[in-house]
This record gives sequence, C-alpha cells and structure tokens, in this order.
Amino acid sequence: MDFYVSLLTLFGFRILLGLSAYVVILTGQISLAQAGFYALGAYSAGAATAIWGWPIAPAILLGAVVGGFFGFLVGFPALRVRGLFLVIATLAFTEIVRMVFLNLKYTIRVGDRTIGPAAGEGFRGITYYFEHGWSGLQIVGFTWLFVAAVLVALWLVDRSRAGAVLRAVGEDELAASSVGINLTTAKVSAMTVGGFVAGMAGALYAHYASYVSQEDFGVLLATFAIAYPLVGGTGSVLGPVAGVLFFSLLIDGLRFLGDWRNLLFGILIVAMMNLRPHGLIDVGLLRRLTLRARRARPASQA
Amino acid sequence: MLTPMLTIDRLGKDFGGIRAVAGVNLRVAANEILGLIGPNGSGKSTMVNLITGVFPPTGGRITFREEDITGWLPHQVLAAGIGRTFQNIRLFRGLTVWQNLWVAQGARAAGRGFFRRWLATDRERLTQIEATLDFCGLGNKRDELAGSLAFGEQRRLELARILAADPELLLLDEPAAGMNVAEVGELRERILALRGRGKTVVLIEHHMELVMTVADRVAVLNFGEKICEGSPAQVQDDARVREAYLGVRRER
Repeated sequence: MDFYVSLLTLFGFRILLGLSAYVVILTGQISLAQAGFYALGAYSAGAATAIWGWPIAPAILLGAVVGGFFGFLVGFPALRVRGLFLVIATLAFTEIVRMVFLNLKYTIRVGDRTIGPAAGEGFRGITYYFEHGWSGLQIVGFTWLFVAAVLVALWLVDRSRAGAVLRAVGEDELAASSVGINLTTAKVSAMTVGGFVAGMAGALYAHYASYVSQEDFGVLLATFAIAYPLVGGTGSVLGPVAGVLFFSLLIDGLRFLGDWRNLLFGILIVAMMNLRPHGLIDVGLLRRLTLRARRARPASQA
Repeated sequence: MLTPMLTIDRLGKDFGGIRAVAGVNLRVAANEILGLIGPNGSGKSTMVNLITGVFPPTGGRITFREEDITGWLPHQVLAAGIGRTFQNIRLFRGLTVWQNLWVAQGARAAGRGFFRRWLATDRERLTQIEATLDFCGLGNKRDELAGSLAFGEQRRLELARILAADPELLLLDEPAAGMNVAEVGELRERILALRGRGKTVVLIEHHMELVMTVADRVAVLNFGEKICEGSPAQVQDDARVREAYLGVRRER
C-alpha cells in the first residue's frame, strides 16, 4: 500500500514537470531549463519551511513564483534562439543553476542538526511533513491538489483562444505574427507558466524527499521533462500524463527483468516513437474521441 | 489621387550583394485594387515582406494612414490595419479551420481587454468567424484540420484567416497560384466583394487575366524597380513591360 501511495506521489511530481515542458513545447520551444526551474522551486520552498519557518502552502507557492520568475527571465533570451541552439542554451541555464547550488552555503543549526543548503552536501532537513506528522495519504492528497489544479487550468487554457494562439506560434511563427500575434508575449508567457509549474513541482518534491541535492536536477531530469509530453503526445494535457505513465511503468514495472530492463527500455522507446510518432495521445486520436462523443450525444437525446 | 492610404517612398532592400528592391515608390488609395505584377524574382514578394515587417528595409519609408510604419514588426503592422497572405501557403496545419480564424481574430477585433482578447468567446465574434468561413466557401469545413484540406481550400483558408483579423488593406501574394479556371473566377468575385465592403487590395499575381480584370491600376516591377504604372490597358501596351516579360527583340 505504502509503495503505491508513494508511487502516486511521484507520478504527481513527474506529471507537473511534464506539464511544465508541455506548455513550452506548444509554442515550439524545446527547453531543458525545466530542471533548473524545478531546482529553484525545490531550494526556495525548502528554505521557506525549513529555515524561515513558513507554513507549507505559501512555501509551495513561493517555489512556483520563483520558478515562474526565472522562466520569465529565460524567456527573453530564448526568443533569439531556436531548435538545437535553444536546447543547448536552456541546458546551460540548468547547469548554471546546478553550479550555484553546488556552491551555495546557507545553513542554520537547530539543536544538533544542520539545516539548509550546505553546498556540495545538499540541502538537508526539509522535514515539514515529518514535523507535522503527515501521513503518506495526506502527502499524496496535498500533492494531487496541485496536480489537479494545474491539469484543470491548463486544460481550460487549451480550450480557450490562448491555447490556440500558443499552438499557432508553435506551428508557424511567421504566419502567427502576420495574423497579429505578438511572439514575445506568447513565448515568454509560455516560458513563465512553464517555470511556475516546474517550480511548484520542485517545491512539492523537496518536501516529499526531505533532502535535495543539485545532483538530482541535471540533464537526466531535464530530458525526462520533455520526454513526457513528446512521448505522451502534445495534443492535450492528457499527453504528458500518458508519457509519465509510460515511462514510470517501464522504469518500475520492468524491474523483474533485471539487467535486461535497460535493453527493453530502449527497444520500447524506439518502437513507441515509430508506432506513434506524434505521441501516445496524438491529435488524430483526440479527434476520433471527440467525434465519437459528439455522435453519441444526439443519439442519447433521441 | 487624394491622400493615399499607403505610401511607399524609395523603398530598397539588399540581400548581401543582391538588390531585391531598388528605390520603389508606390501609392495605394483607399478602396482601390492595385495589381502588382512582374516576372519571377522581380521583387514582388520582397515588397510584401518589407511592408509587413518580415524584415526591415535597407532604405526608404513606408507610411500607412499618415503613420510611419517602417521597421515595425509583423504583428504591429497587422494591428495598424495591413494584412497579408502567403505565396507558399502558411496555415496552422495542426489547428482546425475554425481555430485558424479564431487565432487571427485578435489584435483588431472588438474588445481590447486582456481577457476578452485571449479568451475571446463572445457570441458576436463567433458569428463573425462563421460569416467569414461562409464567405470563403469553407462553411462545411470548420472542424477539419487545416492540414487535411485540399489545395484550393487551403488557399481560401489563407484568405479567410486574414479576413478574420479584419485588416483595412489586404496584400494578397499570388492567391490564384495553382487554382483552376472556376476557382480563379470565384476568387475574382471575392476580391470584388471585398472592395465592395470597403477593403483596399494589393494583388500580387502572375495570373494576368485575373489582374487585368479586377485591378483599377497595375504597377509592374522588374529587377526590383518599378518600370511602369497605369491602368490595365496602359500597362498591357507598354513596351517596357513586354520587354520584361517577353525579352528584347533582336534586330537582325
């Protein structure tokens, strides 16, 4: 039981991380900065509860706002580069964040414990859940409040004109600007929202893990962040969710295969990308589903 | 001509060492249809890209409604009231036909408030989109993906999309390319109907019959320079125009 509860909690962080990359991908930007935003959210929210004694909800919000602020800052230089160059530039951002936390020392003594970012030794003592006696169920519920809120919010954005605008920018920037879309507004907004959601994910993760280190926030995390929506599909918010399920089942579900797991992991990803190049939940599948739903409705009224 | 709507003064554009547009002057009056013709590579599309801010000119000035719009960005040019279509169709292929118009119906549509502009679901605007789709003969295609349309339909959607943005001046970049006779006929009717609604049209075209039958005036570009301007009949009789299109006759 505990295993499944903590798995569900982990899914929550991964889904939020995937959604943060999803928003940015809608505008055609492939960003490896999400891991950097995630780290910033983790450290700032961790500091808020562990060092400054904030309650948990404002601390999570702080992590999200810090992530969003840095997303906003990264958004502007990101306008000038695209494709692989943007990938490299955003990866550089993630590495800079990592290097900052590798050197950041800001600790306090509580009794015989050292709390706070201790440079290379990582950030110990983010123990809000433990101190307040939260159970695993409470933690998973609290995490999923945020996951559900972000899922619903992004789903609503997707259905609004704003969602169509972001997708239009991703499809063809020149055409989008020539029908009146301000590319700066669209792309920087997406990066800001992406940073906000990634920061929130990092903040929640830090409290779940109680210990974070810059090692956790490197290129592997950044790659997974974009892999969730790319493999799951960018047609709707369900895509990143499907991507998280796909990868998590591969990682945790194939454990019984032992050393063969890595091989099969690779083969399955290659097979997936060939069978469903636009993701598990692609536009075609979504259209078939909506058309079926539309056809079913008049029939049930008759 | 009274005060022109669009004034282009000595507009120039160099790409490296190549002079794509060399000091062109052009005036477009409100509510007229101006044909802009010229052989391949004569600088017609470059002119459109310069006017709409895709790239800045090397020299010269563009004035629209007494406002200097030289060097403005594409979305600012659209907000000023100039819309364009693309020679090589550039739709949002992964969006539906309807969404393509919804996206375009932003900057200039009624209600400039942030939320009205981004969420934009009020009834008035939705009926506008339906009407524009009907006008372009796409009424029954609204939920299709733009990328799945037939070629002629994609050309019509290009027009419909920019009409949704409601510009006063339309720059149509070869809207008849690849169309059959019947489709060109429909396009002619549509362009004339747009003028009837008070729009101004600059028609960049290779299809001579279309240009000569709808344009009030025609300007001819060759090697980036304007070599002739006048009524369709005048232009057709001009020796320099024939030379540009057919080449010089060599004396034996």
